[in-house]
Amino acid sequence: MSGAGASSQGVRAKLARTPTLRSRYERFVKLVLFSAAAISVLTTIAIIFSLIRETITFFGEVPVADFLFGDKWTPLLNGDQQSFGVLPLIWGTLYLSFIGLAVAIPLGLLSAIYLSEYAKPRARKTIKPVLELLAGVPTVVFGFFALTFFTPEVLKNFVGLDIGTFNALSAGIVLGFLVMPTIASVAEDAMTAVPRSLREGAFGLGANRRQVSLRVVFPAALSGIVAALVLGASRAIGETVIILIAGGTVARLGVDPQQGYQSMAAYIAFVSRGDAPTGSVEFLTLFAVGLTLFVITLALNLVSIRLVNKYRQVYD
Amino acid sequence: MANGATIAAKSIAAAGIGRPPRSSRRADIIFKAIMFGALAISVLALGLLLYEIVKDGAGAVTPEFFTNQPSKVRPQTAGAQSAIYGTLWLMAITAVIVIPIGVATAVYLEEYADRTKWWNRLIEVNIQNLAAVPSVVYGILGLAFFVRSPLSLGNVILAGGMTLALLVLPVVIIVAREAIRSVPPSIREGSLALGATQWQTIAKQVLPASIPGIATGVILALSRAIGETAPLLLIGAATSPRFNPDGLDSAFTALPVQIYTWSTDADRDNFLPLASAAILVLMAVLLIMNSIAIYLRNRYEQKW
Repeated sequence: MSGAGASSQGVRAKLARTPTLRSRYERFVKLVLFSAAAISVLTTIAIIFSLIRETITFFGEVPVADFLFGDKWTPLLNGDQQSFGVLPLIWGTLYLSFIGLAVAIPLGLLSAIYLSEYAKPRARKTIKPVLELLAGVPTVVFGFFALTFFTPEVLKNFVGLDIGTFNALSAGIVLGFLVMPTIASVAEDAMTAVPRSLREGAFGLGANRRQVSLRVVFPAALSGIVAALVLGASRAIGETVIILIAGGTVARLGVDPQQGYQSMAAYIAFVSRGDAPTGSVEFLTLFAVGLTLFVITLALNLVSIRLVNKYRQVYD
Repeated sequence: MANGATIAAKSIAAAGIGRPPRSSRRADIIFKAIMFGALAISVLALGLLLYEIVKDGAGAVTPEFFTNQPSKVRPQTAGAQSAIYGTLWLMAITAVIVIPIGVATAVYLEEYADRTKWWNRLIEVNIQNLAAVPSVVYGILGLAFFVRSPLSLGNVILAGGMTLALLVLPVVIIVAREAIRSVPPSIREGSLALGATQWQTIAKQVLPASIPGIATGVILALSRAIGETAPLLLIGAATSPRFNPDGLDSAFTALPVQIYTWSTDADRDNFLPLASAAILVLMAVLLIMNSIAIYLRNRYEQKW
């Protein structure tokens, strides 16, 4: 008995040591698939590399402190007028995102609660595709809408604001409609993942639907809901074309929503279309601003990924 | 004497839930109304957007719109032929690149990767992050890496397609992984028990069973790709070219870029119908693609 066991172990060891054609082929396939997976990591490395390479050149000509703490962003002007303080661009980005999120968060969360806790299957089946359609509208279409309809027809004629062609209010609100489906969809996923038993327990204690939704399901799904908000913020901060078309081209430190503001992403696209010669300091600003934008969105994304993975672990 | 029922009632009342008093009932109605209001605003915004575009653009979607070339000076005779061709080219290039890489990555992560290994976890988190990197940053990557050195392709359609492929790669991977995951383990075990190797099992059982899901992901990814503007602006898409792309090394434009060009033109008002018409064509294509994706999902969704 023991001898047979030993010899079969020996055979197995031998099989493992001498790879057959087939097992070599299997290993080769695995290697090919792994290489494909590695491309996504290489993409990240390439992004960081291309941003940092040119940013270093940029900081060879503009001091880091002037860039980070300067409060005047006029890289495309000449001589004494030229200034490379990035703060107005960061402020414009945050301010426009703030307006967008002020629209998107209430709309998105209320829609998510409705879809997850209130809607009958039939209502869900009609509302979800509408939200998906809204999510699928290209951003250039939103920008066009903000510039040619929302600003002149809604804000100027209907509300009666004395507002410029390019302004933060219109760009920000339309940005909110872009972000709203993202928030609604991630928050709804998180609330749907809350186990039914929690709801039934609360209903059993005599709670009504609103109390179950707001005091049981909402807190239980909180990490996923925060993830939705962070992801929404990340999308708002990175959005380019709406602001490029409807937000104006002046980087401004201010709080008047009737004026135009520029965001980091919009600046990047704007300068790449302008006539700054490749390799000039004006052109290199594109990479320094890009790196700033990438770092900010990366931080937000990592927070949101952590939170999403957390709620998946809790209830799966 | 307090019996059990009153104790329970008291503790429920103390917990703040229980038979709602009248004011709470009113709060219910108000809450419901607010939720409906939120949904109504979103649906209304979408409706208004579609209505405005159809109103301005429907008249401009003529046969000439498809056969004439764009112009920055003569809105009367301008069309969008080169932009439509550009979008089709970009879609094809993106699909050719993104399908094999995306599906291979999904297969690796679902069927081979050992999740306890740090490099596999790194790949997963990396893909989750890439899905949320702003599209303009991909544009910078394309500009710095594909258009200029090391690949030095120039402002050509291949650089645009490659950039869009990287941009939508995470979408394909995430959806394809879900499709592969939904194939039950019993299918794999059956195949392995009959003597098939792991790759034979994947190629002959798992992948065929997950094709509808993968196709859905690919269509969604392509519909995201053809709506993107910012990366193509960075790559250096041409403004209103009067020629169609004729190869991978050709200058190009695409529908979203053309919409952008027209709507930011100084003479914007005269180009408004053209921009609206281009949006209508783009939205129609997107709607058709999304309908196909939804159809595939419902028609072939297997119940195991």
